[in-house]
Amino acid sequence: MPWPFEREYMQLALVAGLVVGACAPLIGAFLVQKRMSLLGDGIGHLAFAGVAAGLLLDVWPVWTALAVSVLGAVALERLRARGSASGDLALALFFYGGIAGGVVLIGLAESLNANIFSFLFGSLLTVSAADVWTVVVIGALIVLTIALSGRALFAVVADEEWARVAGLPVDRLNTLLAVLTAVTIVAAMRVVGVLLIAALMVLPVASGQLLARSFRRALVWSVAVGIVSVVLGLVAARQWALAPGGSIVLVAASAFGILSAITGGSRGGSILRRSHSG
Amino acid sequence: MSGPGELLRAQALSFGYGAEPILRDVDLSIDPKEFVALVGPNGSGKSTLLKILLGLLKPDSGSVELFGVEPSRFRERWRLGYVPQRPSLGRELPATVQEVVSMGRLSRVGWRARQRPADRREIEHALDSVALFELRSRPINELSVGQQQRAFIARAFASSPELLVLDEPIAGVDTESQQRFRDSLAHLRREHGSAVLLVSHELGAVAEDLDRVIVLKGAVVFDGSPKELVAQGVSLGIHGEDLPLWLERLG
Ligand SMILES: Nc1ncnc2c1ncn2[C@@H]1O[C@H](COP(=O)(O)OP(=O)(O)O)[C@@H](O)[C@H]1O
Ligand SMILES: [Mg+2]
Repeated sequence: MPWPFEREYMQLALVAGLVVGACAPLIGAFLVQKRMSLLGDGIGHLAFAGVAAGLLLDVWPVWTALAVSVLGAVALERLRARGSASGDLALALFFYGGIAGGVVLIGLAESLNANIFSFLFGSLLTVSAADVWTVVVIGALIVLTIALSGRALFAVVADEEWARVAGLPVDRLNTLLAVLTAVTIVAAMRVVGVLLIAALMVLPVASGQLLARSFRRALVWSVAVGIVSVVLGLVAARQWALAPGGSIVLVAASAFGILSAITGGSRGGSILRRSHSG
Repeated sequence: MSGPGELLRAQALSFGYGAEPILRDVDLSIDPKEFVALVGPNGSGKSTLLKILLGLLKPDSGSVELFGVEPSRFRERWRLGYVPQRPSLGRELPATVQEVVSMGRLSRVGWRARQRPADRREIEHALDSVALFELRSRPINELSVGQQQRAFIARAFASSPELLVLDEPIAGVDTESQQRFRDSLAHLRREHGSAVLLVSHELGAVAEDLDRVIVLKGAVVFDGSPKELVAQGVSLGIHGEDLPLWLERLG
């Protein structure tokens, strides 16, 4: 492959990055439509606690992160659906609970494990072939699930009450979306890090909103912007020896900035305002 | 006492969100092909009653049967079309009129199924019957309130329901849209023989088409033909302010 992907570590990074660059906005679009764009952040923090637990117990952190995130996502959805905590408050609970749990667990591990940083900030350039396989399998499952249930998920996130009357399995579909979010986050952990995952779920969607006039098109554009951000971010990281996770998110942010300048659109702004006011 | 053909039957329903009762001892039934209006002043519990009838809320006492079964166990949801008062459509991402109307096929074909040519025909037909076919590719937020309301009606049409339930579809809609709304309902009733339960606090253009009027003020204070209501000195629809005024005095 041509520069900058001539080295094996860059090829592995590219594959993992492309899968995550496509899947994060794909799930993010549904979260944004549901006005739950902060869910990515909340579950990201849970994943952090899961990673810390894995490092402490000497288990592969991806497994523990997956377990904690999926359980947390399901619990969060239950809380929200029963109305016992508003979406925002339930998120805050998980947000801080996750970080606090992670900090305590890292403290227990005594020697501060340098590994934790690769999950906090991502370490795309050191992913192993095993990491990449995990990401590819997770990505395939996500795309397949959306292909099968995308229409129904759209109905649920667009108009939940109507979907209930229409007899859609609303609670199960909401849980499915929460689980997909958790799985996406675990896949994205090594790519951009838990701190920036929500950005990769939301920023390309804000761009997609500027470019599209239908939900389907918005999905396609969001995924396209996610993929381009990964490629350009990786090129920049190689060229100037930058942190790849941060570079990818900066490209995604610039893409949105440039697109909203070109389209003169304020439409995408609403997504970003909302996802920052939590 | 549920007749075999009844689409909807509620008996002795009572309900309150808190301690204060909103609905008291409400009885109501809809027969096939009937066109029934449920009227009452704002805050009289019309939307609440609908939510109970549709299974979105549980009554404190009393019973509901949708097509002969309790709402929570009613599975054949395509037989029912629902147009909410204020559709809580997520507005973050664009959704075209066609995408919104397509949702209506989900109850018919199941949530995992792909769209078939037959579904697309039904969707186009539903768009046609509310005169929105030309606007099908437009984002729904760019339409007028009346046009949006018709898109939500088309979504309910798309499963060819036997019972269509609409919550205040003509509130805040201009007279031309009201006329189009009336035509759309007439179309559905003619073509599918659907029954309609229309909730409103005024009847406007559809007054002449009604089989029955139910007046709700926490309890049912009138249930009979429009003729009987007119005999009590109420003119329906012609003078828009008559009915609301009368409703205030009644009960
Ligand atoms: N979710 C709710 N929680 C508490 N009270 C409600 C709720 N929804 C409606 N109400 C109250 O119940 C009463 C009936 O409301 P509603 O059924 O919407 O009346 P209508 O549709 O006839 O205008 C009103 O007093 C309203 O304030
Ligand atoms: Mg109402």
